[in-house]
This record gives sequence, C-alpha cells and structure tokens, in this order.
Amino acid sequence: MRDIQILDTPLTTQPCHDAVADPAAGGIVVFVGAVRNQTKGRKVVQLAFESYVPMALKEMGKIADTLSQKWGILHVSIHHRVGVLEIGEIPVIIAVSTPHRQAAFEACQYAIDTLKETVPIWKKEIFEDGTVWVSAHP
Amino acid sequence: MKIKLIAFGIAKEIIGPAESDLEVKTPCNIGDLKRILMTQYHEFKKLQSIKFAINEDYQEDHFQIHEGDEVVIIPPVSGG
Repeated sequence: MRDIQILDTPLTTQPCHDAVADPAAGGIVVFVGAVRNQTKGRKVVQLAFESYVPMALKEMGKIADTLSQKWGILHVSIHHRVGVLEIGEIPVIIAVSTPHRQAAFEACQYAIDTLKETVPIWKKEIFEDGTVWVSAHP
Repeated sequence: MKIKLIAFGIAKEIIGPAESDLEVKTPCNIGDLKRILMTQYHEFKKLQSIKFAINEDYQEDHFQIHEGDEVVIIPPVSGG
C-alpha cells in the first residue's frame, strides 16, 4: 500500500498510521515534521508552502519505489501540507511499516532526507519584518 | 521557437508571472536556457542551484527542448 498525498488541510498522524498498519508488520515508524518558531535566532511567525503538485507526487513515488527495493517495506504513507502554516502545525508526516523495526527507522529517515532534496516543494519563512525562501541562497 | 516557462518559489518572484512564454533559437537545450535566464535575470546567479523539469521529470543540461514544451524552473527545494 502506498498512500501519497499533498493536502491543503491540517495533517494528523492517525490516517498515516492506519494506511501502513499490517499484521505482518513488526514495527511502524512515523516521522512528524513541525513548524519551528525561529531560524538562527530570528522569530518565525508562519511558514508558507507551495508545490509543483504532479511532479511532487511523482518524486515521492520514486522515494516509495526505493523504500520497497532497498528496505522491503510493507507500506508507506507520505502526507505533505501546502498553504500557510502556523507555529507547531505539521508540514509533513511519513509512516513506514516493515517486518522488523530497524528497516522502518532507516527507510523513514531516507524518505524524509530525500524528500527535502528532490521533491518540488518550497517553503517561505514569514518573519515579523519580512520573508525568506528557505535554502534558496548559499 | 516558443516555449512555456513555469516558475515556482523564488523563481516566480524573480521572473514575475508564474507562467510566461519565451522565444528561443532552435536548437535549444536546458543548458542554453539556463544561460539565457542567468543573463536576463541576474538574481538567478545568486541562487544555491537551479534545476529544470519537463514532463514532471528533472532534466540535465544536454536535454533538447522542443517547440511548445512546458519547462518548469525548479529553484532549491525546501519541503518537509
């Protein structure tokens, strides 16, 4: 089972957990991202996410392919939010189930690390006195 | 030939509209397009990286662009 979605409504962990639950699973790892309140000491007010949705879904599908090939996962669920998020809200949830826990930890880590490198989603930090596209400049 | 440029994130702010048409000479590959954009919009030179996608896949510099292609400018991604 592969549950990959980009949503403009608040994310919750339960649907992701339910999507990967399986009697053959010995472990489920769920990564939950969070909107942090500061960057390098500067107070963040909100984060605005946008995505090139069809390609983002395709790139997340490639991540799921790798999880199957390399870690033999049972199921994966990736939900990413777009729009304006407040501090503490959830931008991303990744859930992975595998027969043994070690593979679930590794696969989930690979998934979030790769998502941040390849999936066409962009976030803009909104400060009290301006905005910055994250990672845009060296 | 005419191609369609689609921009996201900071690229959209650099170019102006999210979608625009661009007239380029034939042949034109991704590397050529990158040079055209860097010349026309100096802000692109300051970015960490700039990638391009056609048909929802990343394409490298040698990839030939065809008339009517939709080329998506992918500035450094920052999801998660």
